Amino acid sequence: MDEFVLDTGNTAWIIVASSLVLLMTPGLAFFYGGMVRGKSVLNMMMMSFGAMALIGPIWLLYGYSGAFGSDVGGIIGNPFEFFGSNTITDADSLMAGSGVPALVAIAFQATFAIITVALISGSVADRMKFSAWLAFAAIWVTIVYVPMAHMVWGGGLLGGDGITSGLSTPIDFAGGTVVHINAGVAGLVMAILLGKRKGFGKEPMRPHNLPFVMLGAALLWFGWFGFNAGSEFAADGTAGRAWVNTTVATCMAILGWLATEKVRDGKATSLGAASGAVAGLVAITPAAASVDTYGAIAIGTIAGILCAMAVSLKYKFGYDDSLDVVGVHLVGGLTGTVLIGFFANVSDTTNGTWYADGSVNGLFYGGGVTQLLTQIIVALAAVVFSGVVTFIIGSALKATMGIRVTDEVEASGDMAMHGETAYESLGVGRMEVKA
Amino acid sequence: MKLVCAVIQPHRLDDVKSALEAAGVRGMTVSEASGYGRQRGHTEVYRGAEYTVDLVPKVRIEVLVGDEDAASVTSVIVGAAQSGKIGDGKVWTVPVDDVARVRTGEHGPDAL
Repeated sequence: MDEFVLDTGNTAWIIVASSLVLLMTPGLAFFYGGMVRGKSVLNMMMMSFGAMALIGPIWLLYGYSGAFGSDVGGIIGNPFEFFGSNTITDADSLMAGSGVPALVAIAFQATFAIITVALISGSVADRMKFSAWLAFAAIWVTIVYVPMAHMVWGGGLLGGDGITSGLSTPIDFAGGTVVHINAGVAGLVMAILLGKRKGFGKEPMRPHNLPFVMLGAALLWFGWFGFNAGSEFAADGTAGRAWVNTTVATCMAILGWLATEKVRDGKATSLGAASGAVAGLVAITPAAASVDTYGAIAIGTIAGILCAMAVSLKYKFGYDDSLDVVGVHLVGGLTGTVLIGFFANVSDTTNGTWYADGSVNGLFYGGGVTQLLTQIIVALAAVVFSGVVTFIIGSALKATMGIRVTDEVEASGDMAMHGETAYESLGVGRMEVKA
Repeated sequence: MKLVCAVIQPHRLDDVKSALEAAGVRGMTVSEASGYGRQRGHTEVYRGAEYTVDLVPKVRIEVLVGDEDAASVTSVIVGAAQSGKIGDGKVWTVPVDDVARVRTGEHGPDAL
């Protein structure tokens, strides 16, 4: 490693960006919490807070080391190399080239692991045991997220020297494969293993608080600037490119989703605007700094339309992906990851675009199909890895501790799961101090 | 004494309240209600899934009046709440055995 030279500007930005990304998880709690029925809003939000509480220490103890430590077989980093995050030196930092100290890099990556796990909770709404959720979160981050982050970003099989080395280097700027395809596939698998909510497809399951959903989408958008612009690891023009692409793609995805609804359902809805925003944010994530403004507009528009259509797949195929983790994150993540193969503009760096060494322009920018093939291969590899390992984890938990609550608990919701209710009409009763 | 009950369209509440005040009614109880009559429900669409919502938001008004005022209060409510469209609601009266004013303990018509 080269000698480490601290860059205070970059370091300041990454500390702020880490804090922004951390805010996305409580933002997600509101986004998801507003979408469920009022009886289980606390359980929905608790799954996000539970993910924060668990993944933070896991990341500091061995998660970062497992993702970014010395490569073991192209699958995972050595989890013991930086165990405890006490002995890592700044020269070993993932961001050493940007002059950002190791602990700041660990902090930034921790927030990605947290939000990825929390995203899955949207698929399991109303019916997963909270204890099983926590066990799932801890195991999943360890044997799915950490290896995936390593394979894509830590020099593993889905990076430049990996399975596509004969073609070109895959582009995943901020987590199209690691975060969104990964969480989307895991959500699909868990929704199938858990089975449908009671009354799915028959009873109306209306979002109980759409202003919460809008608030959550706004917090996610805000936090996403840390996610995408922070993934440059530096405060520079490429971070600016990621910021503007993130915004313009999100704007277009809102318009694309609302236009689809207007044509199909007759009305443009607030839930559609919030969902479109997240779909755009998801799709631009892998492409954030590797396309120009036109590419970002195209990716956002296509993602908004495709995801708006994809959310009804669950009724056709009969799986209860309650809050559309598949329709938004899997479809959005695949859309962004594959569209890079058409829109990547990595040769013209005058507009701030970023390129991984060995990546080439997309099909529409004169690069032929090379990058497109690369992107499709890594996307499929991510789908298979996440799907298989998540299925093993979910099946093991189902066979041992059980993953689904009883019908009575499901009908009761928060009251039975957490001993609380979110909303009360009359505060009548007595109290007793127990602590 | 009679209790005049009305279930009306929520957006008509202000008109009905003003009309009742103009007709000399000095108090009423208003609550949010849900239900349906010939109007049936309506549909809402969330992420492409269409839900038929059977129960429609309504407002319920209750006014305690003397026997002689029941008919006129009923017609005031009907007049103010009417739009002529399905879903305008219903007004009915029921006899009341006794009424007590909590502050003074008065009973019967004196408590109205």
